[in-house]
Amino acid sequence: MTRIWVFQNTYPPVLWSKDEPYDHHSDPADAVAGIADGATILVGGFGMAGMPTTLVDALIHQGATDLTIVSNNAGNGDTGLAALLAAGRVAKVVCSFPRQADSYVFDELYRAGKVDLEVVPQGNLAERMRAAGAGIGAFFCPTAVGTPLAEGKETRTIDGRDYVLEYPIRGDVALIGAWRADTVGNLLYRKTARNFGPVMATAAALTIVEVASVVDAGAIDPETVVTPGIYVDRVLNLSAMSDATKEAS
Amino acid sequence: MTTAVDVTVEHLDRGPLDRDELAAMVASGIPPGSYVNLGIGQPTTVAEHLDPDAGIVLHTENGMLGMGGQAFGDAVDADLTNAGKIPVTETAGASYFHHADSFAMMRGGHLDVCVLGAFQVSRHGDLANWHTGAPDAIPAVGGAMDLAIGAKRVYVMMNLFAKDGSAKLVPQCTYPLTGLRCVSRVYTEVATFEIDSAAGEVHVLATFGIAVSELSERIGFELVAR
Repeated sequence: MTRIWVFQNTYPPVLWSKDEPYDHHSDPADAVAGIADGATILVGGFGMAGMPTTLVDALIHQGATDLTIVSNNAGNGDTGLAALLAAGRVAKVVCSFPRQADSYVFDELYRAGKVDLEVVPQGNLAERMRAAGAGIGAFFCPTAVGTPLAEGKETRTIDGRDYVLEYPIRGDVALIGAWRADTVGNLLYRKTARNFGPVMATAAALTIVEVASVVDAGAIDPETVVTPGIYVDRVLNLSAMSDATKEAS
Repeated sequence: MTTAVDVTVEHLDRGPLDRDELAAMVASGIPPGSYVNLGIGQPTTVAEHLDPDAGIVLHTENGMLGMGGQAFGDAVDADLTNAGKIPVTETAGASYFHHADSFAMMRGGHLDVCVLGAFQVSRHGDLANWHTGAPDAIPAVGGAMDLAIGAKRVYVMMNLFAKDGSAKLVPQCTYPLTGLRCVSRVYTEVATFEIDSAAGEVHVLATFGIAVSELSERIGFELVAR
């Protein structure tokens, strides 16, 4: 499998905004360009809070298939991740909570054997990605000891307590929704929409972020930066998208 | 943290607790000043019964301390929800953090109490609440396994008897486990229990509309009255 990241690890991050006018239909398309078939994609959000819906829609248009999606949930309703699943582009879902009142797209595919599922306790999901981003080879965790989700895994007793060995989850790509970026890629989030964003940003080879607005470098107080720009490769500025682009995506 | 009830109290002059009374009972068992996580579903309703002056701070695993009540109308903000994805509000002194921090807080033993629902609890405090094990069921664990082993005290809130009359407090869980020996206390419509997991003993704190002797008979093992 060939993976070519045209804009990977650029400084400053590649930015799509009104200052760098791209063909308005191609804005979100450019942001997800180069994502390969078979890629593992970390998708931020908890339910819809922090969900990068524009990027996920762009990924559907982009066409990459045979994907492994790592996200807390497995899609809601008919849009976003559910639409990606419905389009038959997802081979496997790694998540903590696939089953929801409106997760019927995933439910049907799973019951038909058309998508694999790895259920991961929510804290392990976060910590396994944190480990990937922090260069940790594996870690012993007390979660799931003695349960079916620890079957077949290495265990160890440390200071009288039992732990399960857990391995990192790395992404080829992370798609994240944040609130505000500056022109060097520093990120702020809003309220509980922060959730998996800061962790996933560290855990992928290519981190793509959609934000409500972009400000100049220096306009975000350095003391308040949540995700430093070193982790961010591409930024899609939603407020700079034309109405036509929003319609199209 | 103290156990408020030293002697078993049988309330035989009344019927079982209704859902509101049960939620209030759980709330009354949470010490002032606690950091608390309330699980999705029925445990969420405990928040309505907490004393606003008790200084209890609510944690939600999607990255917040100082969660307020449900948001309605203009107060609804799509970026501010609880673990059940229901819009909520923030209280003065609230803070936000990412998921890895939120669960580190849990696993690191910083939360005082969590309240969870359950399919079954064993006399040793084993918890089963994430999966029925039915072949066509789609497994979904969420944060339950992390909460079960992370909080200092795990309270379970459930009906003691299933629809078919079988007890959900059992010698050994038959449903897939969420956590081993993790439940401290069980609140049900007919009785409240404190679990001594090492001894495998279930101590009755109070009963509602039923005697301890009859409860022991229906559950199928000897409960400890004190």
